[in-house]
Amino acid sequence: MARRIAVKDSEAVALAVKLANVDVIAAYPITPQTHIVEVLSQMVADGELDAEYINVESEHSAMSACVGASAAGARCFTATAGQGLALMHEILFIAAGNRLPIVMAVANRCLSPNLNIWGDQSDVMASRDCGWILVFAENAQEIFDLTLTAFRIGEDERVLLPVMVNFDGFTSTHVVEWLDLPEEEQVRKFLPAHRKAKYRLDPEHPATFGAIGFPEIQFELKRSWEHALVESKKVVKEVWEEFGRIFGRRYDLIDAYQMEDAETAFLIMGGSSGTCRAAVDKLRREGFKVGLLKLRLYRPFPKEELLEAIKNLKNLIVVDKHICFGGLGGPLFNDMRSLLYDANLNLNLTGFIAGIGGRDIRVKDFEKMVEKTVKGEVPPGKYAFMVRGDFE
Amino acid sequence: MEVEPEAKKKMAELEAMLKADWRSIPHALIIFEPATSRYYYTGTWRTFRPVTDHEKCIRCALCWVYCPEGAVRQVEDGAYEADLRYCKGCGICAAECPVKAIEMVKEE
Amino acid sequence: MSEKYFKKIEDLPREEWFVQGHRACQGCGLALATRLAMKALGPNTIVATATGCLEVISSPYPYTSWAVPWIHVAFENAAAVASGIEAALKALMRKGVLEPKKINVVAMAGDGGTADIGLQALSGALERWHDFVYICLDNEAYMNTGIQRSGTTPYMAWTTTSPVGKILRGKWTVKKNMPAIAAAHGIPYVATATVAYPLDLVNKVKRAAETEGPAYIHILCPCTPGWRISNEITIKISRLAVQTGFFPLYEIVNGELKVTVKPGKRKPVAEYLKLQGRFRHLTDEDIAKIQEHVDRECAKLGIP
Repeated sequence: MARRIAVKDSEAVALAVKLANVDVIAAYPITPQTHIVEVLSQMVADGELDAEYINVESEHSAMSACVGASAAGARCFTATAGQGLALMHEILFIAAGNRLPIVMAVANRCLSPNLNIWGDQSDVMASRDCGWILVFAENAQEIFDLTLTAFRIGEDERVLLPVMVNFDGFTSTHVVEWLDLPEEEQVRKFLPAHRKAKYRLDPEHPATFGAIGFPEIQFELKRSWEHALVESKKVVKEVWEEFGRIFGRRYDLIDAYQMEDAETAFLIMGGSSGTCRAAVDKLRREGFKVGLLKLRLYRPFPKEELLEAIKNLKNLIVVDKHICFGGLGGPLFNDMRSLLYDANLNLNLTGFIAGIGGRDIRVKDFEKMVEKTVKGEVPPGKYAFMVRGDFE
Repeated sequence: MEVEPEAKKKMAELEAMLKADWRSIPHALIIFEPATSRYYYTGTWRTFRPVTDHEKCIRCALCWVYCPEGAVRQVEDGAYEADLRYCKGCGICAAECPVKAIEMVKEE
Repeated sequence: MSEKYFKKIEDLPREEWFVQGHRACQGCGLALATRLAMKALGPNTIVATATGCLEVISSPYPYTSWAVPWIHVAFENAAAVASGIEAALKALMRKGVLEPKKINVVAMAGDGGTADIGLQALSGALERWHDFVYICLDNEAYMNTGIQRSGTTPYMAWTTTSPVGKILRGKWTVKKNMPAIAAAHGIPYVATATVAYPLDLVNKVKRAAETEGPAYIHILCPCTPGWRISNEITIKISRLAVQTGFFPLYEIVNGELKVTVKPGKRKPVAEYLKLQGRFRHLTDEDIAKIQEHVDRECAKLGIP
């Protein structure tokens, strides 16, 4: 029987990792992810989780050790945030290009400078091309569920890619919420106790991993990797569907809230979608036909599903928590603008960059975004910063 | 250099791997077969070739030990000779032979 | 000589696990060191190699010179990758997923991937006490990328980033003492080796593999283009490095140091230096200074 407990979101990650029966954890502590690795360390120390916990000396080594362990056939996990994700940047590509189903939880934290430990999405967005499956979770239950499903998705033979589970630093990690914790028996129906690694470092079948990729062949490697990432969307859907059948909680690539007759909608990822939902409720009470699209799967980018979800809208407001410096606004805004180029939709797209450096995004900020969009103060195709000096 | 038909076929297969379509490359570009460099004859690099006098050779096997290529092998009469498929002609064997049984001869 | 697993040349296995057809330069000391080390390690070995000469010469897709499972990830993380492999095998064997058996986990990296960019990962792996062997193939510069200096480039050696010019004459700092750094971690086995003493080398690698816990081996590998030496004197130079006391061969077993090849009457360092183009700018004064330094280091090791 599943039981309902109150846990910090970071503890929820650890509980999922424990139920996943990982073999190797290689992690380096960094605020605000620390409680994840501390709880895991205690579980290992108590014999509750039978895993090798490698206290690596940096995040770069954390991902490197995961690559080694995963290549040797182990089910691996690591977690990081902000600067830590930036430090392992080089190895992220190697993990994905070598098709290793590592799972990593990222407590999204603002990249320096200056030193800022609070939540925004600059860490994952600065690494969004790394070829990993990127999912975003809103609360304890989602974080737990998406972490658990990440192992199943990554290890699927049609996928064989690492999965990054993103959630808000502090506003999720350090918050206590309800969690329906399933029994191990039930989890085993969904995720086998052990990974069946088809390709691994094995003296019985000596193979060479990570050879030189000359210009004659490198392009083909990366093209096939891109194909695998794009095709993985199917498997994400399948797995989340199956998860729903077993555990009663089904996850879609996009959550549509109050979208049936919406004229204006927000598109957002991560924990701030909770506040956004409250804003939508308030605006609805005031008579505005507003809805919310919470994007759960970011990479591979669910083009078809998004086009379907927005096709009847007049206004789409994209909320980003990262600045693509010198570019055209926020990353999700850019993705949508690109998607709409040949979509033939009569839709006003506006972008807002908010919540940088852990700046709270409040209900009234979402209200302001609607106001600015509807009034034309942020014209279609344009974006604005919710910052003192622009709008706050 | 004479190349056995078996080896030639394998060499062609390996070279063809560099012309594969992205749909047919090996998973993650892993080289699944061990030791495929045996089909790459570095002997073509040589300028000088070691020639061993089997009479002088005392079968100490030092040339075999010191060859960075692993390109020295023991032949029927027990003496040691360079495997010309791989020998790069560095001359270490000739320099280290305790009885000077090896001479480096210029390739034509 | 070190612990006699192999007493004579005939005891060495004929089989190759680092095979012919690799792309190393003619006379490459590093290739020979690897070939010999693999004879000590055998087929039940997984090797993680850092970016560098060894990786590049042995894995030009689709050709591989490895007859054992092998992985290359990046430049600075051979020790971290090996840590992950070691932990994986431990966990999987304990959980009954893999049959328990002895598999050597070996990290191989050059001096760059060990003493400079790889130092952090190495230190972490040693401190964490992983059961693995770390082999540093020291050709005394970043040779693969064209002879740039590393922390282990010797004092006054020419490299492209410590060139000989009007104001600066070669590397102005001394060679980083990697074996001492490894030993400072308190690990059970540290050794130095070089290709001119093949039995000493293979015995040490074997001993490292048999040691429970981390083991570090530092192998001096002459580099024909990088040291500006003639192809055929690789072994001669390697021998002179030992006979002049420039590169002493020793083992540190649980903190106790023992010299394994005693040079006897130590040859003057000039004999070693004069054969190498990278030292051709040295004056007699420079050589005397180097001789003094070598004398001091040998005294510390009890080498007369």
